[in-house]
Amino acid sequence: MRFDDVSQAIGNTPLVGLPNLSPDGYQVYLKLEGHNPTGSVKDRVARSLLEHALKDGSLREGQRVMEPTSGNTGIALAALCRVLGHPLTCVMPENTSEERKQILQLYGADIVYSPADQGSNGSVLMAQELAAEDPDVFMPFQYGNPANPLAHYETTAPEIISDLPDVAAFVAGLGTGGTVTGAGKRLKQYDPSIKVYAAEPEYGDLVYGLRNLDEGYVPEVLDIDVLDSRIKVNSRKALTMTRRLAAEEGIFAGVSTGASLHVAIRVCKRLPEGSKVVALSPDGGWKYLSTGAYAPGDADEIAERISGTLWA
Amino acid sequence: MPTVRIPTVLRKHTDGNAKVDADGDTVGEVFAALIDEHPGLGDQLLEDGKVRGFINVYVEDEDIRYIDGLDSPVEPDDEIAIMPAVAGGSA
Repeated sequence: MRFDDVSQAIGNTPLVGLPNLSPDGYQVYLKLEGHNPTGSVKDRVARSLLEHALKDGSLREGQRVMEPTSGNTGIALAALCRVLGHPLTCVMPENTSEERKQILQLYGADIVYSPADQGSNGSVLMAQELAAEDPDVFMPFQYGNPANPLAHYETTAPEIISDLPDVAAFVAGLGTGGTVTGAGKRLKQYDPSIKVYAAEPEYGDLVYGLRNLDEGYVPEVLDIDVLDSRIKVNSRKALTMTRRLAAEEGIFAGVSTGASLHVAIRVCKRLPEGSKVVALSPDGGWKYLSTGAYAPGDADEIAERISGTLWA
Repeated sequence: MPTVRIPTVLRKHTDGNAKVDADGDTVGEVFAALIDEHPGLGDQLLEDGKVRGFINVYVEDEDIRYIDGLDSPVEPDDEIAIMPAVAGGSA
């Protein structure tokens, strides 16, 4: 594999079997998106957002890009914006982990902090306000941009189909909804009997950060009709599975991976025996080391202690 | 009796309680019993007899949209969770 620049090295990630964690009679595979150049599935999304915007003229050469993101999308955008020559501003909750702040700054991104107690909804609102005030800024807005699910429709799902033509079910986490919507549509076009499940993190109260229910938010890119079910996973279950994944399969992943894997194992019994299930692992665990999620100790106690920052 | 988990934003209607017991064989019946006990929740949970927007309801972690909505069955030991819809955490 040889590439001219980093943007071409995105995708074609490994699909890895989990012989020790798969329930008897089933085969669960993880698609390891941590193998992308900046270490997460969001490389696919960032490339798609920027390419589509440049193509349709909404992003001009050298124009500033602004995006609400508490992590992976920002890091992916920061690397690609560097290569393409766009300054970038990321709007993120101020309790975002130190690793992510440093990586963004290293890539030359500017950071604007939204209040921690308003969670990721607060970042979305603040970025929308800032972008509205400044006509010179382009906001890709991953939560509402069809180029986000399209990245998974065009790349993630075809890779899964090519590597595992008899895949029976697909599981991915629910953040923007881009992965389940885009990959789910493509998989169901390929074989309508493929089931698509969303693993929904049960965030700490900080992420909810709402004063009333009218402040809730459902991302525009999420198409709930693509899903066969949506299953929430609390911090304890997600962290326990993430730690087992390292201990029993030798894979060091972020906590969202544990959430999707938990759901993949849970839904196996709904599928015919012998079924193959793919769960998407959005990233490795490196950026979350400082949260203490991987420290020695009891997973339940750790999950309880850091539930406020685990997903943030 | 099934347990209902109340999100922070709605606890002002349940005297600050995060968990409330309410009886019923379906989510709709449990909600009716819950609202009987805590009338302030009525407008917050339901609109025209349906679950309001920006709320997700789960029985044993499973979104009731993909079971049978308010007719979804509930076992006596089940936990029903009410969660506000929010933008994804680490997106």
